[in-house]
Amino acid sequence: MTFGLVFEQLLNGLQFGVTLFLMAAGLTLVLGIMNFVNLAHGSLYMVGAYLALAAANWTGSYLAGVALGLAGTLLVGMLIEVIALRTLYARDHLDQVLATFGLILFFNELVAILWGRAALFASPPSWLSHHIDLFTGSRYPAYRAAIIVVGFFVAALLWYVVTRTRLGMLIRAGASNRTMVAALGVNIRLLYTLVFGFGAALAGLAGLMAGPIYNVQPGMGELVLIQVFVVVVIGGIGSVRGALVGAIIVGIVDTLGRAFLKPLMATVISAPAAESAGPALASMLIYLLMAAVLAFRPQGLFPARGG
Amino acid sequence: MAARKILPWLGAAIILALLPPFLLAIGQPFYLDLARRILILAIAAVSLNLILGYGGLVSFGHAAYLGIGAYAVGILGFYGVGNGWLHILAAVVASALVAAAIGAVSIRTSGIYFIMITLAFTQMLYYLGISVAEFGGDDGMRLKTRSLFPLVDLNDPVAFYYVALALVILSIFVTHRIVHSRFGMVLRAAKSNESRSRAIGFSPYPYRLAAFVISGAMCGLSGALYANHTNYITPNLMSWQQSGDLMFMVILGGMATASGPVLGAFALLLVEDLLSGWTQHWQVILGPLLILSVIFFRRGLAGIFYKADA
Repeated sequence: MTFGLVFEQLLNGLQFGVTLFLMAAGLTLVLGIMNFVNLAHGSLYMVGAYLALAAANWTGSYLAGVALGLAGTLLVGMLIEVIALRTLYARDHLDQVLATFGLILFFNELVAILWGRAALFASPPSWLSHHIDLFTGSRYPAYRAAIIVVGFFVAALLWYVVTRTRLGMLIRAGASNRTMVAALGVNIRLLYTLVFGFGAALAGLAGLMAGPIYNVQPGMGELVLIQVFVVVVIGGIGSVRGALVGAIIVGIVDTLGRAFLKPLMATVISAPAAESAGPALASMLIYLLMAAVLAFRPQGLFPARGG
Repeated sequence: MAARKILPWLGAAIILALLPPFLLAIGQPFYLDLARRILILAIAAVSLNLILGYGGLVSFGHAAYLGIGAYAVGILGFYGVGNGWLHILAAVVASALVAAAIGAVSIRTSGIYFIMITLAFTQMLYYLGISVAEFGGDDGMRLKTRSLFPLVDLNDPVAFYYVALALVILSIFVTHRIVHSRFGMVLRAAKSNESRSRAIGFSPYPYRLAAFVISGAMCGLSGALYANHTNYITPNLMSWQQSGDLMFMVILGGMATASGPVLGAFALLLVEDLLSGWTQHWQVILGPLLILSVIFFRRGLAGIFYKADA
């Protein structure tokens, strides 16, 4: 287990972490501001991946695929908010969970009808399919490095929008007292639709960037969604900063666990026992981490103020 | 008054009891299989109703106990233990222990945290099921033998059906007794007003945890039966879709009603069967139907039969 290998896996963890962050940011904003649980957030991730893939094949340009994928997910998100989800803001979380569960079934099957059930392969653009040299002497895929850069860029942008712009001020105001904001003459319904669509586009971005790394297939969003829940619980609901820290912790712990837990355990217990216990424990690691965080801080690491 | 309440139950029990001879007479044994599956999952729905309907604990991870009950039967069978009583005991005890562990952490939280945490823990068990290759891993595992009981042979579809029916009735009865006991009163009080129940001296945590454990154990029983029903266990029993299905059974039927979960199990699984016989893309229809039912059909099926009963 050389330093170079560990460093490479750390980068992989970071790349997985920023993907989780893009999902978690949208989910936590919608939760914190509208008090709405959106299980179908994973479906938007899937929709983003499929739309970008289809658009890239159609136009022949990766960047056009990204642009159309983002615009498409934004539109799909705003559409489902206006048609179905808007009426559920006033309901309890149970109703929201159930209705968005129905949406998941719908989207997974719709995607299967349009593109089939088999996994599709997306490839990174040719200008990102090379490797870059790391200072440790090993080489790292440029595409994964680009995801990390984009992830942190979006995080910075999000921080700027939420804390430094008028739109962000309205969003924060809407989170603390929606009636008051509406009384001051702000169109709160439009604001909610925008925030929802914005969150959807972030999920779509995560999905379309993940496409070339994992398979693009129906149901791809739910696996990520549940890990994103872990991120939001660890980070604290409604907190974008918590989402960033939680996502990077979860991404790194999960990736390092899958890579190194089995060989590490083999040095302590017998190799065949490690062979079966290693992967089992690795896949449970982030949930155990969540339980540990909850035991000490039930509100997460960075609870949002005034929520 | 009492007769008016007992009569519908008696009628439903008689209809369900007459179902096997009727289905065999018209030559549709497949529907006996479906009816048995519905009854077995109805037990799980009844158990979920105890914490979701009466306790207000929105557990999005109830499929965990279904899976643990099923794996208890499968693993004991794998090591050559066929005794049905041992299977049931192991299923119930294992589910209760896991429910105690999960409940102890999750019930400290509330609201949306509780939903996400119960879901996450169940997902953890799902991944555990996938990664343990000895017991089939991702592909699942065929049971070596169905649970063996004296007098009753579960290989006989009709006998198994009556076992399932008897256990559904038992689980409804047990839930009814729990809900109307002093314990159940505290549980319901904590749901309707937590701070008031604290003020009169009841801390909800131990009551909720106990209900969570009882519910998990009952669902484990359902899982043990389900393993015998399919003769096959797979991690999919613990998938989040299965948890969602169980929640929908309770909601469609009517939360916090005695008959709701059973009505909901019949409604959901019959609609699923109908749609899936019609098109392979049935979920594209079921999804919007479920959304509409959440938005417009708020009181559930039991609400049709019992007009505002407070």
